[in-house]
Formats: sequence, C-alpha cells, structure tokens
Amino acid sequence: MAVLVFADHDNTTLKDGTNKTVTAALALSSDVDVLVAGKGAGDVAKAAAGIAGVRKVLHAESDALGQGLAEAISGLIVPLMAGYDALLTPATSLGKNFSPRVAAKLDVAQITEVVEVVDGSTFVRPIYAGNALETVQSSDAKKVITVRATNFKAAADGGSAAIETIDAGPGAGKTAFVDQKIVRTARPDLTAAKIVVSGGRAMGSAEEFQRVIDPLADKLGAAVGASRAAVDAGYAPNDYQVGQTGKVVAPDLYVAIGISGAIQHLAGMKDSKVIVAINKDGDAPIFQVADLGLVADYKTAVPELMDALTAAGK
Amino acid sequence: MKVLVPVKRVIDYNVKVRVKADQTGVDLANVKMAMNPFCEIAVEEAVRQKEKGAATEVVAVSIGPVQAQETLRTALAMGADRAILIQTDQDLEPLAIAKVLAAIVAEEAPDVVIMGKQAIDGDNNATGQMLSALLDWPQAAFASELVLSAGSAKVTREIDGGLQTLEVALPAVITADLRLNEPRYASLPNIMKAKKKTLDVKELSALGVDTVPRLKVVKVVEPPKRTGGVKVENAAAIVSNLKSNGVI
Repeated sequence: MAVLVFADHDNTTLKDGTNKTVTAALALSSDVDVLVAGKGAGDVAKAAAGIAGVRKVLHAESDALGQGLAEAISGLIVPLMAGYDALLTPATSLGKNFSPRVAAKLDVAQITEVVEVVDGSTFVRPIYAGNALETVQSSDAKKVITVRATNFKAAADGGSAAIETIDAGPGAGKTAFVDQKIVRTARPDLTAAKIVVSGGRAMGSAEEFQRVIDPLADKLGAAVGASRAAVDAGYAPNDYQVGQTGKVVAPDLYVAIGISGAIQHLAGMKDSKVIVAINKDGDAPIFQVADLGLVADYKTAVPELMDALTAAGK
Repeated sequence: MKVLVPVKRVIDYNVKVRVKADQTGVDLANVKMAMNPFCEIAVEEAVRQKEKGAATEVVAVSIGPVQAQETLRTALAMGADRAILIQTDQDLEPLAIAKVLAAIVAEEAPDVVIMGKQAIDGDNNATGQMLSALLDWPQAAFASELVLSAGSAKVTREIDGGLQTLEVALPAVITADLRLNEPRYASLPNIMKAKKKTLDVKELSALGVDTVPRLKVVKVVEPPKRTGGVKVENAAAIVSNLKSNGVI
C-alpha cells in the first residue's frame, strides 16, 4: 500500500499540519510520499523532504497550483492516484476545497476529518459538530481522506527524501483567479499556536473585540480566535472562527473571553490542554469544560488579567 | 438565469444530539428537524439574486424522506419558485447525493447550482465539490460574496488566512459559507403562498443512479467527556495557577 500526503503550505513555509498528516499516513503504510503543489515552493519541498518517514517528495509548480485552485489541484492528483492506494490531506479550507473533487473523479467516498486510523480501511471521524464519533469502514479500492491534523502528533524532522519534479497537470480550466487578500499578522497561525485567546458575542462590536482580545493575545504571544456568534455578528473575521464549521484547535492554553460555549464552539477547542474561561454567566456551558473558570464581566476581568500577567513578568 | 438550490432536512441545530445506546447512530425519533442552516443561506442567496434581477427562476430540490417536503415548503416560502423531492428513505452518502443531483441537473439544465457548504449532520463538506467534479463544471466553494452576470460569476471565498476572489464560467457550482448573507424568516402570507407552489415528487429508484454506500458505519459513540475544573475568585488566581503549572 502506498500513500500520498498533500502538503499544506503558503508557497513559502511548510505547515505543521503536513507533519501531522504524515503521522496519520504512516499508520496506514510505510510507503508515504508527499506532494508539494505550489508556485515558488522550492523551500516547502525541501522542508517536506526533511520529514522523517517520507519516501519521496513530488513537486509540481504552476500559478493555478500556487493559488490553490481546486480544479488545478484535482487535475494534478487524479492521474497520480494510479500509483497510490490512499490520499491524505490536512482538513484545511484548501484541503476541504479540492479533496472531495478528487474523490468524485475517482468514484470513491471521501472520509472526512479523520481523527483516528483504526486499520487500513477503518477510520473514526466526528459528526454532528463533534457530538458523536462515527467509526466507518470503507469498501472503496482507493481511500480519499481528510485528516483533522490536531488529533495526530507531528512526524519528526530528520528525513532526507528525494525530491522529484513533476508536471503541473492540466490547470484550472474555466476558473480564473482574480485576487486574494491574506491578512498578514505577526501573531502565530491559529491552528498551530501554543496559546489561543478567543472572544465571543459578549464583545458587542468589532472595535471592542479588537480593544479587548488583541492586546491580551499579544501579551501571551497567542493567536486570536472567535466564536461563531462573534463571527456571525461581524465582530471578527470568518478566518478567526473556532468550531465545527470553522477551525479546530488544540493549543496548550485556550482562553475563552465572553464565550458561552455552544456545542459547535466546544467541538473546535475541547482538545486544548488547559482551558481558561471568563464569562459573567456562571451557568454558561463553557465552564463545564474549563479547567479554570472565572465568573466575571470581561470588562473588569480582562484588565485585571493583563495586570496580573504584567506582575508575573509577562 | 435558472438557479438550482439543493436543500437538506437535518436535526435542528438547537437540538442536543443523542447517540443511540446500541451505537448504531444518532437518535432521530421525535426530534425537531429543520432545513440545514447552510442550505438556508443558499436559498436566501438564490432568492436575492432573483430579486436583483440576476436570476429568473429558483428551483429547490431535496433528496430524502416524505417529510423533506416540509423543508422544500420552507424554501418555497422563502421565495423559491418550485420544488422537486427525490423521495427515498435510504441515508445517502455525499457521493450518491452528488450523483442524484447530477441527474437532476441533466434534466433541469440550470445555469448555476447554489448550495450549502456543509450539512450539520454528517459534517462532510463534500457534496458541492463532488457535484462540480461529476459535471466537470467550475467550482467556487465557501462563498462569502456572489455577483452573477451573463455567462460568469465573480465569487469571493473564505480561504485559510483571508479571502480569495475567483471568476468562474457558468454553469458552475457555488457553495455558501456563513457570511454570504443572513437568511430571512418566511412571512405568514409567503408561507400560505408556498402551499400553492408546485412540488414534484419522484422516487429515487426512477432515476437509475448508483447509490450503493461505500462506507459501512461500524459504530457511533459519544465523544469522551471533558470534565470541568475549578472556578477561581479573580484574574490573579488564573495567572498564579497557570504559572505554577508551567502553562505560561
């Protein structure tokens, strides 16, 4: 059995989710290749070749691949799958975009957001916003799988796989890239951050969200997240959303400010090592998962928290 | 321009989901059902495109049990022109749904399919992308803004770290993300009017589509419960606790 792992990257840096997906792939087979599809992504290919356990890196370059267009990525991967029994992709927005397309072209099911590999055809995945875990057994000859990377340990570095340049494939066809706005931030990436500070609907406005959450995050060197309610209300960008329909995070420390803890939010952060919650409603469900809970209005509690952090040398 | 909007009947998003004791699935008996929230956003978008004059007809389609007619009536009350139910009691996987939708597209010949990015039961986030693959149409998934014009659509989509704008040639499949719009509540007069709109019912078997499941559900269990910790008196106690446990 040979497995192809799709590398998650921004054309410059290889993302940690790739190493974690390699771990999931190594649970299926020892023949694991990594595909780096991008534009000017030579450094990414080198980094992927350094992941321990990787047999070979396939490197394809084109504008459409660099832009992450689903038609181009799918068009590249589908013929490659003649040589593989499984495709594993980190379940990022990019992965979720093209992976089902590959599955349909191969006429197989997609096994979505796998959290555990039971055996070569049996996998565990969350359904109903993480309120249930489903074990499924696939009867398809080839498996197309997206991986919830936070549930796997990152494969170590120390490998020295060969890099093979391959043809970029057929391109994006009738889809044209217009432009892209990536929010540049000095903060760590939400899904890879060791600390995450999230704000909820209690913030009341985008200005208040930035006034309260951003300085606390910066003091802790944390990424900023938000509940779906805060995103829905326009207080925070969609990209901040932590939850079943947003990003799934598992940092060492998760700080929830003014978040009630709807099931769909808990599904996105309950695997965090330590959870701190500040909410003025003592009955809020967030306290049922929080290791440290403070029943208080964030307006007084967050400044006190900032002061206490300063006093502690942060 | 004709818009096809697939909608799914799912457990209402406010209902606490319970896993059956025999681990065969989630308990659906006597549970409130509703239109999948992302499907509502898709219906709303299609109706708005019609109100703007960009679309001329909105056709809602659902694949499910006889009760999915209620979900389609909701779509009609929101402003869809007519509806089609492909009736089946079988629980279909995304690939099978995409194949059924492809058969409907062949009959209806819409210029664009607008659908939710994800159903909140299976959480697969796959059907729209699969449909566009089967049809060999362009796809624009996770849309937060849609401008339809003759022969093409300009779609802004939610991507990792920001937003991306694509121009796709029509026909195409577009999937709706959370911020595309805020769906309306159907007014009582519109609910009454919806009862008179056309709702065609067809048996799934009549379409001759391969819907054999590819995945066998071995078991469905509740996730391990996380137990809550302690409540502290003030913010300083949080910091001292985190510090003494080496978290910060």
